[in-house]
Order: sequence, then C-alpha cells, then structure tokens
Amino acid sequence: MSSGVGTLRAPAGAAPRSRSRPGVATVYRWELFKLRFQKRTYLGLGAAAVVPILFVVAVHFRHHRGEGGSDFAFASYLTKSGLVVPLVLLLFGAVWMFPLITALVAGDIFASEDHNGTLKTVLTRSLERWQIFAGKALAALTYAIVAIFISGTVAVIAGCIQSGFNSVQTLSGTIVSAPKGLELVYMSLLIYLIPIATVVCIGVLLSTITRNSAAAVVGTLMISLLFQLIGILPGLGATVPYLLSTQFNAWQGLLRQPIDWAPVVRAAWVCAMYGIPALVAAFLVFLRRDVAGG
Amino acid sequence: MTDAPPDAAPASLGPAPVEVRGLVKRYGELEAVAGVDLTVHAGDVYGYLGPNGAGKTTSLRMMLGLIRPTEGTVRLFGRDPLESVQALDDVAGFVEAPTFYPYLNGRRNLELLGSFDGGDARERIEQALETVELSDRAKDKVGGYSHGMRQRLGIAGALLRNPKLLLLDEPATGLDPAGMRDMRLLIRRLAEQGMTVMLSSHLLAEVEELCNRVAIVRSGKIVYEGAIADLKRSAGATYWLTTTNDERALAVCRAQPGIEGVRTAHGRIAFTADDAAVAELSQALIEARALIQMLTPQTVTLEDLFFSLTEGDGIVNGGRPAGEPATLEASR
Ligand SMILES: Nc1ncnc2c1ncn2[C@@H]1O[C@H](COP(=O)(O)OP(=O)(O)O)[C@@H](O)[C@H]1O
Ligand SMILES: [Mg+2]
Repeated sequence: MSSGVGTLRAPAGAAPRSRSRPGVATVYRWELFKLRFQKRTYLGLGAAAVVPILFVVAVHFRHHRGEGGSDFAFASYLTKSGLVVPLVLLLFGAVWMFPLITALVAGDIFASEDHNGTLKTVLTRSLERWQIFAGKALAALTYAIVAIFISGTVAVIAGCIQSGFNSVQTLSGTIVSAPKGLELVYMSLLIYLIPIATVVCIGVLLSTITRNSAAAVVGTLMISLLFQLIGILPGLGATVPYLLSTQFNAWQGLLRQPIDWAPVVRAAWVCAMYGIPALVAAFLVFLRRDVAGG
Repeated sequence: MTDAPPDAAPASLGPAPVEVRGLVKRYGELEAVAGVDLTVHAGDVYGYLGPNGAGKTTSLRMMLGLIRPTEGTVRLFGRDPLESVQALDDVAGFVEAPTFYPYLNGRRNLELLGSFDGGDARERIEQALETVELSDRAKDKVGGYSHGMRQRLGIAGALLRNPKLLLLDEPATGLDPAGMRDMRLLIRRLAEQGMTVMLSSHLLAEVEELCNRVAIVRSGKIVYEGAIADLKRSAGATYWLTTTNDERALAVCRAQPGIEGVRTAHGRIAFTADDAAVAELSQALIEARALIQMLTPQTVTLEDLFFSLTEGDGIVNGGRPAGEPATLEASR
C-alpha cells in the first residue's frame, strides 16, 4: 500500500526496504565535488600556486641587480639551491598567507549552507548530523592539504628552474644532497600541516558559530594574527613556545643534524590543545543547533 | 461527509505516520507553537491550516528534527526524529521554500540528495524529474530556477526517498494559478497512489480541495482537529436570504431550530445553518407565505471558521474540540 510514485517502475516483488545507508564518505565526496564549483577554491589554490612563482621571479631580478638580500635566514641560499624556495615560502607564508588560504574554505564550509539555506535540505535525508559534520570538516582539511602541497611543489619546481636542483645547507651548517633535501622539503610540508589543521579547526568553529562566511574567514585570520601579536608583546616571552604561530616553525627542527624532533612533538600537542577543543565545540554546536532558517 | 475521502485508515498497520503530543516551541517570550497535539493516520491527506505566523512551519521543523521542541514529543511511524535521522526513513518533505545548491544544476542537486538518501534513491531521479515535469530543465543551474521550478524540484527531491509520508509546507504558496493547480493535482495524485500527506496551508479552499482531515492552528494552538466534512457541518455555512416578505421571514428564521446567528445585512437576511436545517427552513417559509426569492450559501472563509471556533459557543462538535485554547483565544 505504500507504493509511491517511485515504486511504479521497481521490479515486482522488490526486496524489502533495506537502505544501504550513506556515510561520512558520501558527504566527503560531495563536499569535494561542491568545492569544484566555488570561486574561493580556485582563489585559494590559485594563490597557493602563483605566490611561489612571483617569489622566484622577484628573487631572480633582485639577484641580477646584485641586491642579494641578507635580511632573513635563508636569503643567501636562495640562489644556490631551488630547494630553499619552498622553505622560505613556509617561513613567510605562516604570517597570513597560508592561514588565509586555509580559512577561505574552512570558514565557509558550514556558513555557506546557512547562506544557501541548504542545511534543512541535507539534514532531512538519511545522514546523521555528525556524519555531515565529519564529511565537511574532512573536506576543509583536504583542501588545505592540497593547497600546501600545491604551493610547496610549485615552489620546488620554480625554485629549481631558477637556482637549480642543488644540495642545501642545513641550519646546523652541514650540507645535504639534493634528493635528501627534497625529502626534507616534503617532510617539512607534512609537519606544516599540523598548525594548518588547527587553523582548519578554528575556521570550522567560527563557520559554525557565526554562520557567516566573511566573518568566519576574517575571524580565523584575526586569531592567527593575534597569536603572532602575543608573541612579540614584551613580557609575554614565556608564552611563545605555546602559541599557535610558533608551531608554524616546527618544521625547522628537520633541518638540523641530527634532526631536532622536540619542536615537532611540541607542535603536535600544542596544536591539539587548540584544535581539538575548537573542533569539539563546533561539533556540539552543529549537533544541537536549531535549523530555523532557510 | 459524502464528498470527503474516507476518514482514517485502520490502526492495525502499526504506529501512525505522525503522532505529535504537547509540542511547544518558545523563542524567548514568544510561544511559536503552544502545545500542539495531532495524529495523522496512514492514508490521510491531512491539512495543517492556519494564518501566517500561526506556527505551522515551526511545527513542521520540529517534526523533521530540524529544531528541538521546548516541550513535547514527535513520533514518525513511532520513531523520534531527534534520536536518529532513521526516523525519517519513510518520510520526505520540506519546510518553507525548498533549497538547493544554486551553482549545481537540477539533476546534480538530486544526485546529491539521492546519495544522501542511500539505497536506490538515485535510480529514481529521472522518473522524479518527469513526475514534476522538470526533465528538460534538469541541466540548468538551480540558481536560475523560478520559485515554481524550485518548488517542483523540492517535490522531486522528496520522491527520491520513496516516502510513505510526505510533509509539505504551503506547497502551493507563491505559485501562479497554473502552478498552484499543477501542484494540487500532483499532491492529489501522490495521495491516490497511497502516500500519506500532511500539508500546511493558510488557504481554506486548498485544504478543502485536497484534504480529508484537518487541524486548524492559530497562535500556536490547535483550535480544531478532525474531518473537514464534520468541521463544515458543525461550523455551519452562512446563507443569504431574500423573500417576498422579509419581516415575516426574519421571525420564522429566529423561531426555527438549527438556524443560528440570524441578522439582517445589506437588505438581506443572513444566518448560519447546516443543510438539513436549511431544508426545514424553506418548508417553514412556504408555510408562513414568505416565498424565497434568493437563498445563497456563502463560502466559508478561514476567518468565518476562526470566528465560529473561537467565539461561538460549542459550535464545534464534529471533531475533537480543542476546549481551552478556544476560550483562551476568545478572551484575547
Ligand atoms: N527562529 C525564530 N526565532 C524567533 N521567532 C520565530 C522563529 N521562527 C518563527 N518564529 C515566530 O514564530 C511564529 C510562528 O512562525 P511560523 O511557524 O513560521 O508560522 P507559519 O509557518 O504558520 O506562518 C511567528 O510569530 C514567527 O515570527
Ligand atoms: Mg510558514
């Protein structure tokens, strides 16, 4: 007696209703698919790819005008090996570029549903709220990972075209071969993902709470800048090891010989200290919220 | 009663599609829903009738698990939508205008929803698009759809779930007359195929046309729940009467049992009565030699119903009268 329109076509004696239930992976796949239709995705990934190229071009011209900059740690090595370029990028990108690129999607991923009024649409299907939440958060993280690796890879390629695939000097003064250097670059990118993941968590929290994309993106960037501000305030020096901004430098431990894992380990737990509560808060807010709009 | 579909299906089919008990939703001081009880039986086309701001959408949001009731419970086929989305397994519908991702086309939106439904929902996409006559626009971005097209896509999205219960929030509101007619035809067709439908509306005529049972809600309270036919009979229709001798006719009307609210207006006699009483009256008028020149029933409006339900004294006796709310309303 429950023959809806849909069953008219179904074969006679169809199996009893046992829905194969969708899950987090379903949401995740569709979130990635939806990201492909959004300008901000291309804005973020585009910036991640273009900035290292611009950087290399700038270094090229400075070098040829004989203005070799010696105002930062790796400057003198920039023209000796292309592998230094991604590392310098990580150093400067931590100030606002990578947090912004990350926040662009993380801050939007829940707020956009409020903007389009689509939460009521997806929450009345066969997925629990926690599944929607997990799929979306994972998609935001995936985008950030892709952005970092695009940026790093473009930097390696552009840098090597400019300065060659040469050996690099570590922070301890030793020289490592080019292939070993490349390995260190990608390991550094991996370590860099720890604080980036925390930015994702903060972005997701603000996206859930503010329900407004612009507010969440700007807010996430502000929090990231605030950490840096605390770091340079006089008298607050003791807090520096525990600031989120400091963890963006953890990868530098890899460039010592022997490798100094201490900053990496600290980054892991300090970032967890910020990221997990933010994520749990976002989760609870999303789980309990009234979907009264749309 | 004769023109209405059969009242309720037998209760032996398991838990009722919708059972709402003591439902309350407060927004600060405002009681958007103020203690709603209602039951939708299998096979019903159930109207949830009330003016704008009565709390219809808020009630439906609670039924779909989108917002948390302040008090009370919702059961869909015996399951609580707050506990698990599995309570919605046999349920589909939407509140207010259905929403989609504007940057995806119609078919993609349905594919997403079908994936989120699981099972064989995605296999129903083409048929659902056909049912709502959107096949030829399915590859256009939803951002460019008209309100009517979105409304139809909303129905298509609901059909993917192959639901036993369809919850619709003012599905025809905002559509042009042709769109309204199509929407009502579609709902009727779905109901004829065995789907239980609960739809909210602020139009009495719409509910009258589609539904067999109705709950009338005002200021968050149910003022009537029952069969439409009973409601109309009990609320009584308003008639206008002119005769060859209105003075005598007026006296007859006042004396006649079953003729209520007798008054003169615009040079005519007005009263409310049910069919049987009107028949008796015409006989009495002939005997009193006040011959009928015109006797016209006036369409009952939602306002008339509210008047009789909330200000009248015990007029409601066909359905389950919502005792206290009515008097509370009257004293506002
Ligand atoms: N999220 C909300 N916050 C505050 N008040 C609300 C909210 N949603 C609805 N209301 C109020 O609750 C009442 C009922 O609204 P609603 O359920 O939308 O009525 P209907 O659908 O019958 O027109 C209205 O007075 C409305 O302003
Ligand atoms: Mg409404």
